[in-house]
Amino acid sequence: MTAYLDHAATTPLRPEALDAMLPFLIEHYGNPSGAHAVSRRAKQAIEEARDVVAEGLGCRPSEVVFTSGGTEADNLAVFGADAATVACTDVEHHAVLHSVQARGGRVVPYAEIGSVEADLVSVMLANNETGVVHDLPDVRGLLHTDAVAAFPWLDVAALAQRAHFISISAHKFGGPKGVGALVARRPLTPIIHGGGQEADRRSGTHNVAGIVGLAAAMRITVEQRAANVERVTRLRDRLADGLLAAVPGAAETGERNNKTAGNCHVRFPGIEAEALLVLLDEAGVCASAGSACASGAMEPSHVLAAMGISRDEALAAVRFSLGATTTDADVDLALKVVPDAVARLRDST
Amino acid sequence: MSRVLVAMSGGVDSSVAAALLIADGHEVVGATMKLWGGDSDSGCCSVADVEDARRVAQQLGIAHHVFNFGSDFDAHVVEPYVAAHAEGRTPNPCVECNRHLKFDRFLRRATQLGFDAVATGHHARVVRHPAGGRYRLRRGVDQAKDQSYVLHMLDQAALARTLLPVGALTKAEVRTRAADLGLRTAAKPDSQDVCFITSTGGRHAFLGSRIPLRPGLVIDDDSGEVMGSVPAVELVTVGQRRGLGDAGDARRRYVVDVDLAAATVTVGPRPPMMERLAVGGLTWVDEPVAAGASVLVQCSAHGDAVPAVFDVDGESDGEVDGAGAGVRFEQPHRVVAPGQSVVLYDGDDVLGGGVALASASALADGRL
Repeated sequence: MTAYLDHAATTPLRPEALDAMLPFLIEHYGNPSGAHAVSRRAKQAIEEARDVVAEGLGCRPSEVVFTSGGTEADNLAVFGADAATVACTDVEHHAVLHSVQARGGRVVPYAEIGSVEADLVSVMLANNETGVVHDLPDVRGLLHTDAVAAFPWLDVAALAQRAHFISISAHKFGGPKGVGALVARRPLTPIIHGGGQEADRRSGTHNVAGIVGLAAAMRITVEQRAANVERVTRLRDRLADGLLAAVPGAAETGERNNKTAGNCHVRFPGIEAEALLVLLDEAGVCASAGSACASGAMEPSHVLAAMGISRDEALAAVRFSLGATTTDADVDLALKVVPDAVARLRDST
Repeated sequence: MSRVLVAMSGGVDSSVAAALLIADGHEVVGATMKLWGGDSDSGCCSVADVEDARRVAQQLGIAHHVFNFGSDFDAHVVEPYVAAHAEGRTPNPCVECNRHLKFDRFLRRATQLGFDAVATGHHARVVRHPAGGRYRLRRGVDQAKDQSYVLHMLDQAALARTLLPVGALTKAEVRTRAADLGLRTAAKPDSQDVCFITSTGGRHAFLGSRIPLRPGLVIDDDSGEVMGSVPAVELVTVGQRRGLGDAGDARRRYVVDVDLAAATVTVGPRPPMMERLAVGGLTWVDEPVAAGASVLVQCSAHGDAVPAVFDVDGESDGEVDGAGAGVRFEQPHRVVAPGQSVVLYDGDDVLGGGVALASASALADGRL
């Protein structure tokens, strides 16, 4: 069997999302920007999806901008907001971090983000690597939050009420890859120019099936969120407690009561996560470490460095991330495989 | 059958190495080392090369992993390369990469992961002697592509866990094999030169961004006249003839001496020659060679192996503990730049090797 414990990387498509998408890949193939009946059917689906997303994110439908995913949503906020100066925390996802750096913006520790002088400040709601949840600061200017990692677990509509811009990505909560959204409560200058779709904020023919799938997955995620959080928290706690008990020296990253339910981030001092992941892969346990660069090589995590964790210990960290489809059997397999693999690597070092 | 981890660079040789091992019935997994994160012409580590390795692994139906050994590569290859230049030596970074990365870091990682052996696409052969089971490192079948020189640091422990399957083939046979298997790397050009140095910037740009490079005066050995200048004295190597700016090209001038402290380059009409070359950091494939033994010596990756006698402190007897070791050439040999690998052969078999030390017995300007 395979224990898929990498839901923070991506999640399996929810069957409901697939069912909702299929008609738009087959019979309802219209371009929503057209005027005839075939187009109108696609257009209607987009607008219904927009309503669902607006409800899920606590905004008006007109404030929803569909994008190609979380990265584009983050880029659109950082480059498209009416802001001469930008800043973000040093634990942001690269989609925000590199965008802010590309704009010459400031990158500061989370503790200092509330006092930084910038027209746009970006603070992620939950961290993609560690699951640590952030309070959004009071800022004088515009506030963007990357809620990509938070959405499966947290009531983003409530927690990000004060944010002027919110990014989400469908495939992190059972939707398809290649589609996301930016909530824009303030005007945006487009970064992709063309036919003027999305009220002139994001050009390009709509990814109709993707958008429909995003909305279907979002509806179920919101409906089942509380129950899912409760169930997955129990699984995550069992996994984390089991690993800490079975592996001498293992340490958990972040306070468990201030993390997303699906995140189990553990450091195994004395081993290299890169080697551990190979052994886990061979044994059917899928997890990840750090962030993969374009070549697929693991890079030392800037998030852990920002938390004051040493480079060696950061290279010994593995992220197990659970999701809506995770079962006790997945946790059982991980608890059976991981301690042995760590011991084997420690023995051979 | 054994479990073999193949170092797949994304080139044709390591692609075929993996294919040959599969055909021999081994359980094969591929892995690509991510070594260099900076600019590259496409040495070993570009995203496209990793992608080629991954696609070949898919074609061959084997698992593939990427190992990020970038910090080890910096520490063991790049930083020493820079430091050596700053001290006026001309190192061979491919040798250090083999020593510290491919046959140490990678080999240890493979052992950790339960592999019996590693394999690479080098053109050289590991031969197990029928009696006694000792291993020998032999030149590749394709003499023009032979890479035994850069593998001379392999010892019995490493050779016992190393497979070099393409060493039994010519390069043409490797490409034919790749084409027959439909591998996407079949016609990929061979990698050239040092992977972390770009052809556009060259050594000057690479080193210039890491250490101060100082212009130097070019001085005629006979007359003592200043003949011109070079932009970076740290980049000039004894014996070199090209790249001396306005001083060297017209009259076939050879560098006979480089004085870093004085920032001068002395040139003469003939290449500087030496009778004996001191060698440091010797390692042996098997037992150390006895002082006084006749050997063949190769002092550059594509140079000829020439007859010499291995000695210690210039004497041809006594125990060999490494210190004071050297080779005395049968015929005067062009001066070997300090830092270059010096590899000792017995016929086609590597005996061992080390690095050229600055040699007091260099015969300046070819005067014997």
